[in-house]
Amino acid sequence: MTEINSVVEPVETKKFNIDTVENAAKTPDTELPWAELGLKQNEFDEVVKVLGRRPTGAELAMYSVMWSEHCSYKSSKNHLRQFGEKVTDEMKKDMLVGIGENAGVTNLGDGWAVTFKIESHNSPSFVEPYQGAATGIGGIVRDIISMGARPVAVMDPLRFGAIDHPDTARVMHGAVAGIGGYGNSLGLPNIGGEMVFDSVYQGNPLVNALAVGVMRHEDIRLANASGKGNKVVLFGARTGGDGIGGASVLASESFDDTKPSKRPAVQVGDPFAEKVLIECCLELFKGSLVEGIQDLGAAGISCATSELASNGDGGMEVELTSVLLRDPTLTPGEILMSESQERMMAVVTPENIAAFEAVMDKWAVEYSWLGEVTDTGRLIITWDGVVIVDVDPRTVAHDGPVYDRPYARPSWQDSVQADSFTGSVQDTGRPSAPAELAAAVTELVASPNMCSKDWITNQYDRYVGGNTALAFPDDAGVVRVDEETGLGVALATDANGRYTFLDPYHGAQLALAEAYRNVATSGAVPMAVSDCLNFGSPEDPDVMWQLAEAIRGLSDACMVLGIPVTGGNVSLYNQTGTTPIHPSPVVAVLGKLDDVARRTPSGWREDGQAIYLLGTTAAELDGSEWANMRGHLGGLPPKVDLAAERELGEILINASRDGMVDSAHDLSEGGLAAALVESALRYGVGARIALQDVLDRDGVDLFTALFSESQGRAVVGVPRSEEVRFKDMCTARGFAHTRIGVVDAASGNLEINGVDTMSLAALREAHEATLPKYFG
Amino acid sequence: MTELPLIGEAIAVAADAPGARRLAGARIGVVTFPGTLDDRDAARAVRLAGGTAVPLWHADTTLGDVDAVVIPGGFSYGDYLRAGAIARFAPLMSKIIDAANSDAKLPVLGICNGFQILTESHLLPGSMIKNDHLKFMCRDQVLRVENSNTAWTLDYEAGQEITVPLKNQDGQYIADEKVLDALEAEGRVVFRYVGFNPNGSRRDIAGISNAAGNVVGLMPHPEHAVEVGFGPESLDGIGGSDTDGLGFFTSVLNKIVGGNK
Repeated sequence: MTEINSVVEPVETKKFNIDTVENAAKTPDTELPWAELGLKQNEFDEVVKVLGRRPTGAELAMYSVMWSEHCSYKSSKNHLRQFGEKVTDEMKKDMLVGIGENAGVTNLGDGWAVTFKIESHNSPSFVEPYQGAATGIGGIVRDIISMGARPVAVMDPLRFGAIDHPDTARVMHGAVAGIGGYGNSLGLPNIGGEMVFDSVYQGNPLVNALAVGVMRHEDIRLANASGKGNKVVLFGARTGGDGIGGASVLASESFDDTKPSKRPAVQVGDPFAEKVLIECCLELFKGSLVEGIQDLGAAGISCATSELASNGDGGMEVELTSVLLRDPTLTPGEILMSESQERMMAVVTPENIAAFEAVMDKWAVEYSWLGEVTDTGRLIITWDGVVIVDVDPRTVAHDGPVYDRPYARPSWQDSVQADSFTGSVQDTGRPSAPAELAAAVTELVASPNMCSKDWITNQYDRYVGGNTALAFPDDAGVVRVDEETGLGVALATDANGRYTFLDPYHGAQLALAEAYRNVATSGAVPMAVSDCLNFGSPEDPDVMWQLAEAIRGLSDACMVLGIPVTGGNVSLYNQTGTTPIHPSPVVAVLGKLDDVARRTPSGWREDGQAIYLLGTTAAELDGSEWANMRGHLGGLPPKVDLAAERELGEILINASRDGMVDSAHDLSEGGLAAALVESALRYGVGARIALQDVLDRDGVDLFTALFSESQGRAVVGVPRSEEVRFKDMCTARGFAHTRIGVVDAASGNLEINGVDTMSLAALREAHEATLPKYFG
Repeated sequence: MTELPLIGEAIAVAADAPGARRLAGARIGVVTFPGTLDDRDAARAVRLAGGTAVPLWHADTTLGDVDAVVIPGGFSYGDYLRAGAIARFAPLMSKIIDAANSDAKLPVLGICNGFQILTESHLLPGSMIKNDHLKFMCRDQVLRVENSNTAWTLDYEAGQEITVPLKNQDGQYIADEKVLDALEAEGRVVFRYVGFNPNGSRRDIAGISNAAGNVVGLMPHPEHAVEVGFGPESLDGIGGSDTDGLGFFTSVLNKIVGGNK
């Protein structure tokens, strides 16, 4: 830990040598450890310019965390603007709160609103997987509470290194246990996510966390401190020495073996404190006892005070010695930077103080009154009455540096795109005989990325709350919001780092298209997007180009699909040494179901139902799971057709609403082969499949039909009585649909013409054995 | 099984039918400790079975006029010590212990953390330790109802197999051999895991009762198998029913209103 206050002229206050504002003005030439705190020379100069003097130690601590990449989005801001600019009236109509608040809020109708957000907790999860992943859940859940919502579910997209690398087991066991240990203790069902293994994530795993919450419209709360004389209170856990500088030192730099361990920068979570905090906040909201509220996450009190103050009337006075501490030796700078978990800051009118304290006492939550809202436009922080921070809060929270980082299409992009899988060395001996194809399908569904994720998901509680209508391994997680009407929401997250590596613009669009398709497959109408943009160092022009292209692609695609980005997070510097991860924009789409009883599960059940393949198949194997299994990455990702995705979505939604389909499963990684096996294994019900009509129509061979990852496709199970109506609907919409087989409940097999019969027992064995084999 | 209306209709019928009105008058307390997670679910199960759920707070010093009590799952006070070890000392628990042991024999159901609290309170023998595989486990679990004479199992048949969700990390039931033999001999093993023992519990024991049969504890969660579309069948499709757990709640309600066996 950096000793901020040890280098300055001593002013004896309490037990520290405190660097006061008065002192700072008198000692302009004092050396400050701005570089150790992650600031660049030009940024430090800017701080001095903004203040008109050198910052105090405490001010330096605040600026260093708030101007970090993690908190200020300084490298991505210029590009992220597109999410706010490329917005049509159609996209705005249900948006109650947009980007910029803790999380966006979308109107669900009937007076209900929903808020959701996805965030990264990558770096801490590599340093200390259990606590990193656990506090990732904690942080995103507090973002949701801060909006006034009751959290109702979580999801976790995970990306780890190679499955057989010795360090992967460390990260896997720690992160999964952390997500379970923390999430299961909050009473929030974990309803989905992703698990991808790829060596590009070896030294930099991606642990993203999504939370969704619901509220009545009148309960929406914003993070602002308004009303002169209103009191500022900090409540929840005490402030400790954990996570100091987490945002600046840890999340905004690349790992380097030569530096000391960063473990002290990782926060330690207490799920019980969080659970109590959730209930306590909901009781505060119910009684309308808070005017503004903000969770303490990255940058701790620095962030909460400066954001609350700058979003409100613009002034606040806070006495820092009033903060309840776990460790009495913390310096003011450390208190300001600490990222101790399970804390909230609120603004309360004087009349509500007694009622507020009664709620705290009921839940045995500690609190301390720190100060009050002013109209001075200044954020003043004192230490025993002596001023140690005197800043315009906007300069801390909003007016950080913005960089137009240089970017350029990498010199190697063309050669990567020219290197197609088809005809490559790795493409020799492509399976074609029935026995070879059966072996290939089995190999695919047992591969690290396509195998059953039960080993992970069985460690998460998917039932708590009693509102889970769908969870993994279905395409989307579905939770009921209103028990009277059955109103509910569906959520899916997707990303494909390989596609995005091959073509960042279209790769990001493919992630959105897949999440959109997954939500529609469950029968829900897609409404909003949250994204977690995981990339390498923005100081690398290649990476910066990937980021710029991905944001441009995503924002363009949102326009076409008509759904807005309501929030999200950017995680940069995800690399080991100078090797960045695959660009990995993880896209979450939220949809709405008027009645969750209508949701469509992914598995077949009813004997004799017709199975249809929607969409057309082209020879698109570049970047596919098959190519990945053969060790090839090159060429161009599958073609994006957003108009077709929208059409397919409408078919799936209408079919669900009108009872025309009993099952639906989207085609994505692993293509038709994976979708057929998953649909069969879901309920252990097989089928007889014949693909000749598809082969004839699309001009592809059986291998391509099974393993190509062409987009805009889904497999649906149609009751016999609905077949005519379903076909008529597809025909009227001009959407390709082919009857490819029937559900066969008795056989216990998946039979595909031209492929050796595969027993479900053998497929299940292969599908479910992979993770236990590596992780026990 | 019960002849009472189940899902959905329960509330509608409760409004007019005389018998149903009586049932809705049965008050089942649902205890919330700080850290309790499945309290809303237990309350919903009571409602769906036709009864009235009454919230009870750990710091309450009276049980009010409840006819039975459910201690739901979760992590009471965080369970950073042994699961249930602190909850045992809650003011409300002493009232529950007294009422369970009184002549009135208040029916008490402990689910998951509730079961752990009941053993810590010595209302039930034995204890729960960490699952033998050391991981949290969430799965749809088949149970055999071994004793259909307890307050909470009257609506089942002895030997009936039911599917309810299981989700815990400290679910391995242990007791010394003498206690286990006595439990078996006295018919106090109420539920046994079938097909797969998910946590290493001695003799596949999933749930037990006290000698009088009014206090029952089990690790699996019947309150998560009470509603079509949100139970084990919908989520895992293993061929069970979404509503196998409802019998716990109809059993006790029928017993309270005197309408059963």
